[in-house]
Amino acid sequence: MPPAAETSLRRTALYERHADAGAKLVPFAGWEMPIQYAGIRDEHVRVRRDAGVFDVSHMGQVETRGPDALAFLQRMLSNDVRRIPEGGAQYSVLCREDGGVLDDLFTYRLADCHYVTVTNAANHEKDLAWLTRHAEDFNVDVVDRIDDYAMLAVQGPRARALVQGLSDGALPSRMHCCQRTIAGVPMLVCGTGYTGEDGVELLLDPGSAPGVWDAIVAAGASPVGLGARDTLRLEACFHLYGNDLSEDRGPIEAGLGWCCKEATGFIGSEAVGAARSNGTTQKLVPFVIDGPGIARQGNAVVGGGEVTSGSFSPCLERGIGMAYVPSDSAEVGTRFEIDVRGTVRPALIESKPLYRKGS
Amino acid sequence: MADPSYPSDLLYHPEHDWARVEGENATFGITWYAQDALGEVVFFDPPKVGAEISMGDAYTEVESVKAVSDVIAPLSGEIVEVNGALSDNPEKINEDPYGEGWLVKVKLSDPSQTDVLMSAAAYEATLDS
Repeated sequence: MPPAAETSLRRTALYERHADAGAKLVPFAGWEMPIQYAGIRDEHVRVRRDAGVFDVSHMGQVETRGPDALAFLQRMLSNDVRRIPEGGAQYSVLCREDGGVLDDLFTYRLADCHYVTVTNAANHEKDLAWLTRHAEDFNVDVVDRIDDYAMLAVQGPRARALVQGLSDGALPSRMHCCQRTIAGVPMLVCGTGYTGEDGVELLLDPGSAPGVWDAIVAAGASPVGLGARDTLRLEACFHLYGNDLSEDRGPIEAGLGWCCKEATGFIGSEAVGAARSNGTTQKLVPFVIDGPGIARQGNAVVGGGEVTSGSFSPCLERGIGMAYVPSDSAEVGTRFEIDVRGTVRPALIESKPLYRKGS
Repeated sequence: MADPSYPSDLLYHPEHDWARVEGENATFGITWYAQDALGEVVFFDPPKVGAEISMGDAYTEVESVKAVSDVIAPLSGEIVEVNGALSDNPEKINEDPYGEGWLVKVKLSDPSQTDVLMSAAAYEATLDS
């Protein structure tokens, strides 16, 4: 890799830890991130069976506080922000006026008028500009906190017990968050994740992150890279922005109507409401390849549509993915075909998630 | 195999392919560097016996969890045998890239092409940058 490209990439507070562990580091959304340590398959299985720790410090944070924080976020985010209790978490999308998806986000309510929203790395600047522009009409402060937080995800059936052993108090339940001291470091602990397993996500001061990482690894979590993060989320059928979501598609066709509450009047709610009542031409469906082969992002669906995520599933040991297909043939159990670089491969629409615990 | 290895009895193409040439016949595979860069191979769909392949052109694909990669022919010829065992055990490409992980056997159409391939030492030198 040319030195110029290397120096332009940002490094997380845990870069030395990754390099020392022999991780393969790759450019990802402007960051130099570990794609794998021991191997994607092995890391994937460890998260399903035991516990893994991910450095996801490339993800951005936007803090919203002030008397109008709720009203502002209600206008910005697709979900009903009033329904987030203090110490709660909620998933939503950020839409343009025409319903195109700018990002998908988790928002945590820390206090009455105080929220933290986690953005995708590649979208952070765009989101921040969008939020800041719209904040002018509200009595609210929108603050970029990306440099103030490192972010770790500890995921897997043993993740909670492992982190609990390092914590000064009970961990938040699923879809909740609270302040705790873990391995001696105060931080925001969130009962969320992107793997389909139980676990927590930790937002903390970057300077303290290496020590916390060491404590979590010493307690038995295996370092896991972005490669396995992708295969884990795909087995769980969680959307990846840039693959399954984009500004050219709305949340209804992406299967995210459940997190859109048009009655709140969010930006894009009219377009989303119209798509909900009129239907969409295509729908996003999870699929498995019926036989050998692995479909990849960009492969065409025969008869219209495209694969937006495709990979090998380490748990199912076959090709899996998500694809936009014509809405009239998007039922679970429908067979369709994918043009995998010139070879037509049969696929089957499955229900979500593609991987279920114990299967 | 965990450590880099480039056997001296093989010839190497800059696109990270090796050839074991025996007269007019040769066995092809991908190098240790290639399999390491690719990561764990999870799928190999062998090309057809009888297919004509050309030096420098892609003749098959290997797939890791993350990505699909073209495999480049180090020499020209006709495929006379494929390693069918890789369909069930594609990980052999990682574990034994110069042995059980071989991909195809080829009857060479122009054995003089070997002149432009690299020795193990020359190939290894290209990897140091």
